Amino acid sequence: MSLNTSSIPLPGWIEIGVIPVLNILMALFFAGLIMLAIGVNPLQAVGIMINGAFGYDEAVGYTLYYTTNFIFTGLAVAVAFHASLFNIGGEGQAYIGGLGVGLVFLLLDDFLPAVLLIPIGIMAAGLFGAAWAFIPAWLQAYRGSHIVITTIMFNFIAAAIMVYLLVNVLIKPGQMSPESRLFDESAWLPFMHEFLGWFGVEITRTPLNLSLFFALTCCLFVWIYIWRTRWGYELRTAGHSEDAARYAGIRPRTVIVSAMCLSGALAGFVAVNEIMGVHHRLLLNFTAGYGFTGIAVSLMGRNHPVGIIMASLLFGVLYQGGAELAFEIPKITREMVVAIQGLIILFSGALALMLRPWVVRLYLRFKSVEDVVPA
Amino acid sequence: MIEDLDGTGGADGPPPAAVSPSTRSSPGGLSGNYAIELQGISKRFGAVLANRDIDLRVERGTIHGIVGENGAGKSTLMSILYGFYQADSGKVLINGSPVSIHNSRDAIASGIGMVHQHFMLVETFSVLENVMLGAEEHALLSRSAADARTELQRLADQYQLSVHVDTLVSELPVGEQQRTEILKALYRHAEILILDEPTGVLTPQEADQLFRVLRALKARGVTIILITHKLREIMDITDTVSVLRMGEMVAHLNTSETSMSELAELMVGRKLESKSYHREVPLPADTEVGIEVVDLGVIDSRGKSRLQNLSFTVKRGEILGVAGVAGNGQSKLLEVLAGITPPTSGYFVINGHRISADKPGNPSLMRQYKVHHVPEDRLKLGLVKAFTAAESSVLGYQRAAQFNWRGLLQLDFIRNACRRLMDAFDVRPVDPRLKSASFSGGNQQKLILARELEKAPDVLLVGQPTRGVDIGAIELIHDKIIDMRDAGCAVLLVSVELDEIMSLADRIIVMFEGRIVAEVSGREADKTQLGLMMANAHQTAAGDAAA
Repeated sequence: MSLNTSSIPLPGWIEIGVIPVLNILMALFFAGLIMLAIGVNPLQAVGIMINGAFGYDEAVGYTLYYTTNFIFTGLAVAVAFHASLFNIGGEGQAYIGGLGVGLVFLLLDDFLPAVLLIPIGIMAAGLFGAAWAFIPAWLQAYRGSHIVITTIMFNFIAAAIMVYLLVNVLIKPGQMSPESRLFDESAWLPFMHEFLGWFGVEITRTPLNLSLFFALTCCLFVWIYIWRTRWGYELRTAGHSEDAARYAGIRPRTVIVSAMCLSGALAGFVAVNEIMGVHHRLLLNFTAGYGFTGIAVSLMGRNHPVGIIMASLLFGVLYQGGAELAFEIPKITREMVVAIQGLIILFSGALALMLRPWVVRLYLRFKSVEDVVPA
Repeated sequence: MIEDLDGTGGADGPPPAAVSPSTRSSPGGLSGNYAIELQGISKRFGAVLANRDIDLRVERGTIHGIVGENGAGKSTLMSILYGFYQADSGKVLINGSPVSIHNSRDAIASGIGMVHQHFMLVETFSVLENVMLGAEEHALLSRSAADARTELQRLADQYQLSVHVDTLVSELPVGEQQRTEILKALYRHAEILILDEPTGVLTPQEADQLFRVLRALKARGVTIILITHKLREIMDITDTVSVLRMGEMVAHLNTSETSMSELAELMVGRKLESKSYHREVPLPADTEVGIEVVDLGVIDSRGKSRLQNLSFTVKRGEILGVAGVAGNGQSKLLEVLAGITPPTSGYFVINGHRISADKPGNPSLMRQYKVHHVPEDRLKLGLVKAFTAAESSVLGYQRAAQFNWRGLLQLDFIRNACRRLMDAFDVRPVDPRLKSASFSGGNQQKLILARELEKAPDVLLVGQPTRGVDIGAIELIHDKIIDMRDAGCAVLLVSVELDEIMSLADRIIVMFEGRIVAEVSGREADKTQLGLMMANAHQTAAGDAAA
């Protein structure tokens, strides 16, 4: 209690470099204890996991395919977070984004060429995701319903709508499984192995597709939008202080709605990867929890696009390497892998600042010049 | 000592009495006579030395003042005494015996009570409940309450501290809330009372009442430490005074042997000129009007009337001071004129633009009409703490064409512009990339002023321009406001500092419960009279006469 470390600023490389790494090491340490408890050598497990994520080109493809989803949902959470909004509805927004893609493709894929279909599909994913976020945003801005509650509720509503539509309306006639018909190939986003094949580079067939580039473009866009435009400036102002925003002539309500729509659009882009890139038809549960994991990704990435790319990669490794681990070591079940992910979310989300006081003390021991603390 | 001061000459000369603390308050004597004795207290935060080798002795049953600019280390020192921080080195002696205070519980056990600047009261509890909170002796509240009631009665009689024990704190006037805080400390057997800026929220009359209480406490042997930046209060009530500057004690003085100007110089470390800001020649009668307010009223969302039938004008080149105890509608008035809150009745005209309930303004629109606003609460409204100084320096002007190019903010341009503002208004450190929160209060205020004044407004709304600002910066801020006046800007100045209003304003209106209760000329204003007006006590006489 003698030193209020939270008010002491640390240089960026410690704040966004050292501390997150320490958090992950803590999580791995406790994961290691669990593995020891069930009689598995943790070092061997880590080896299998790393190899399963990076060891061969198929593994890398899968890892990056998961990473793509996490970038979209992580960015979605981050944009809302800068406006001080907690968007828990990424899952539902991604799901409805998929509905948008499905509807336009089922309507148009016979008539339009790929050069038109693909941009239209991307726009549909974004617009539908944004629309699904708009309703809770409007309710928050103009009626005061809390966005955390409404976005959670909207996840359930989205799931129910999708089940209804796929079972009753969009299902391909003459089959049992609730899926739409396959889109025409002109609406498929090229796979990475196809894309690289055009340049004569042969890689193994994986679900990885061109959405990865789109996700990275979105990172750049979000960075520019948040830190380099006046709209981002106004969004951050409203996020930090509603009073200051009002003083500056910024309408907090407008910011809430616009930030949530942008956030919803980014979450909706998960459908670009999943529906346009991989499944090529509309199906149930393609979001597979990516929307929720986006919260952890954004927290770990400190709501910054670069951090989000790194956190997404980490979760990509956990998903892909974890699947490999469950396959290789029977003692480690799928659930165990989820537990490890949980530990990482715990240490880098809920306990993100647990180690900070010690890091600050250590830092102050080496730093003896002025300007650490403002007078 | 005074002769020495004159010898130092220019502002850059060695600061008076900085080398060795002058101890005119009889340093000798047995330590047993001292209620508090600090020996060589040092406290470092990271690289900053907040307190450096501080010695302090306060005799039992005296009132000791501690003065110093913001950031001089007053709060740190008192926090060490009250157990919020631990000193890195040095000793604390209470009544002659060394103690180690690790938290407020230890401090209370040592007989130290603290009255914070912002009261630590539960608003929805009664006075009685607040006083016994955390000091209940029995498991059942009713028994504790009965005991507390008897004890409170005794204390109230002994120290002439009358309060209504069963009233909710939220319904009490501020002065009585403060008395509740004092009672809380006494109830915990405090023999040493620390008051941090106690008069900031009080009317002059309430402050007088507080001082009567403090004198009564002193007469009963309670030792009082008064932290304040109001030198007049130091002169009025303290027996001895210590001056802190940049973490060091630069003087211990007997109050009767010093003067306000000497204390001010010791605090700042250089000589201060006292200026009269009033115009030599009155404004011509046909001067253009900057703001015209007609029958303005605001009723808030709960149906409570916040402003009632306000009518006044401010001419170009005139400063209209708005006096009043905090919370009597001055803040609302600023908000309405700045376009943040729409009026619900009446209207005001600025530069030919009429703003009314039917045609409300908004802050961007008001800025286009060249109405600029230096808000009262600079941390909540005036800047964004997490933003860099450069980012805060365009708050409210983020849409201006000069800062934008093809949808992108021109960060280099903004940083350079910010650097120029910082140079012009002496904002230190001159670092546009530094977080706004890292600047001292005075420098934050200068940055906001720079932002609002630089664009040559026609109307300037200023709220509490020097609240929590160092003496050195106050001078600059006042000069800049006067510059605006001389440049033909209509200035509306809201301040709780009567001295400030009286020295700057050409005319003064006094607000009470959302109404204007009096108007006086700045030159003829009298502090006692203004104080009565602020409490709306002058009205009885005037009202009788009118009837």
